[in-house]
Amino acid sequence: MGKRVVITGLGVCAPNGVGLTDFTIAMQQGKSGIRFQPQLAALKFGCQIAAEPLVKDGLVSTYFTPLQLRGLNASGIVYGVIAGTDAWKDAGLPIAPNDTPDWNAGIIFGTGILGVDKFRESIHLVDDQNVRRLGSTTVLQTMASGISAYLGGILGCGNQVTTNSSACATGTEGLLMAYERIASGKAKTMLTGSCSDSGPYVWGGFDAMRILPRGYNNNPTKASRPLSESAAGFVPGSGAGALVLESLESALARGAKIYAEVLGGSVNSGGQRREGSMTAPNNEAVQRCIKKAIQNAGIHKKDVDVINGHLTATTKDATEIANWSTALERSGADFPFVNSFKSLFGHCLAAAGSIECVASILQFNTEQVFGNTNCEDLHPKIGEIISEVKVPRKTIDYKPNILAKASFGFGDVNACVIFKKYSD
Amino acid sequence: MIKEERYTSLKEIVKIYLPDDVAVDEIHEESHFINELNINSANLVDIVLDVEDAFDIRLENEDMDQMQTVKDALAIIDKKLTAK
Repeated sequence: MGKRVVITGLGVCAPNGVGLTDFTIAMQQGKSGIRFQPQLAALKFGCQIAAEPLVKDGLVSTYFTPLQLRGLNASGIVYGVIAGTDAWKDAGLPIAPNDTPDWNAGIIFGTGILGVDKFRESIHLVDDQNVRRLGSTTVLQTMASGISAYLGGILGCGNQVTTNSSACATGTEGLLMAYERIASGKAKTMLTGSCSDSGPYVWGGFDAMRILPRGYNNNPTKASRPLSESAAGFVPGSGAGALVLESLESALARGAKIYAEVLGGSVNSGGQRREGSMTAPNNEAVQRCIKKAIQNAGIHKKDVDVINGHLTATTKDATEIANWSTALERSGADFPFVNSFKSLFGHCLAAAGSIECVASILQFNTEQVFGNTNCEDLHPKIGEIISEVKVPRKTIDYKPNILAKASFGFGDVNACVIFKKYSD
Repeated sequence: MIKEERYTSLKEIVKIYLPDDVAVDEIHEESHFINELNINSANLVDIVLDVEDAFDIRLENEDMDQMQTVKDALAIIDKKLTAK
């Protein structure tokens, strides 16, 4: 057994709330961050709605220096720096002094693709034979590890500083990587999270795949319908979530507030075999990932009382519930409470796992299970497996003890983490 | 544009690239961008682009190599404006 790992800081830049206070209220009250996007309409997208954080200009300048803001055109970096810096401050951790980094603090902050708008700007300059006008930050804003690099410099972290990438499993995978680094004694504190850019160049490919809802352009808040019979595809989103993981001994030594304990988890892949493909998970792999996470966490299947699924609002939601049910050997009224937050902030792609982990953990704090919006019509196939009451449509009062959170990504990759209410 | 104005414009450009511990009034004609003003060498290319925009001139690679101090920069700007 390695060192115990706890969560001591949270930060979020989400479509339905920037900052922990606004986000918590939005999650409790079921406030949607999905809006009509005139730019997508002008570009003749089928799906003209998306979930994008509303970041005020004045706010950005409190996180970046005037020099960093010059030519900054990477929304993922803006979201990631806001969430990451907030989580660090929320944990009560200091910024390292100018002369020495904190050798025991590291960063694993993932993304799928970064600085897309900056990259587009560069492409135009290069094609115009104007490469000399790119400036010094084109590389920094478009390299995948740009986000961990910006945060690493702002906070002064001297341990491992890196970026992971596993499509929509990125955030949950990164959290487990950070957990392992602390559990094995290689770091005391790890900032982990993930971010995803906004805009047509990120979302266009998904629109082309015809997996986004097209019938809700005039009714955006109703578009994302996880677990429902009328689920019509996922709503594309963007943003960032961030969590500070810390060894229990370090957290106790500095008297930090503890949100929850990370008991462990698992990552795997279905190898794109059987029903697994580039875009769909192999069911056995999903079940193994959940079972292994429970085993690694040292708990029993019956101990899980809340699930936050991947549940993107496609026909695959019923398959995911079946996989949870098989893996946990639980069904009907014996099944844990389950929710999907994508009904409120869409599918934030690489940022999804970390924003959803932040929201999941807030439930320990507020002693609630956040509601499933837009699920008046529970999918009958899901209703056959689990009891209706296990899918709360509105936020309910409940004290979660053990929460399982899973994320699945393109490439048939899976990640599942187990959180526990902290008690010594 | 008279020389004093050019110097003021250049200082305005350089200002944003100064690290926290270097004040604007530490910029002198003889100041070396990297060694004295502690400007990150990567940012020199940005200063060049800003100078091009502010003075509507174009600096070539050899001009950039020669631009070590504030004085160097003023001389290059002067040369380019005269040649226009």
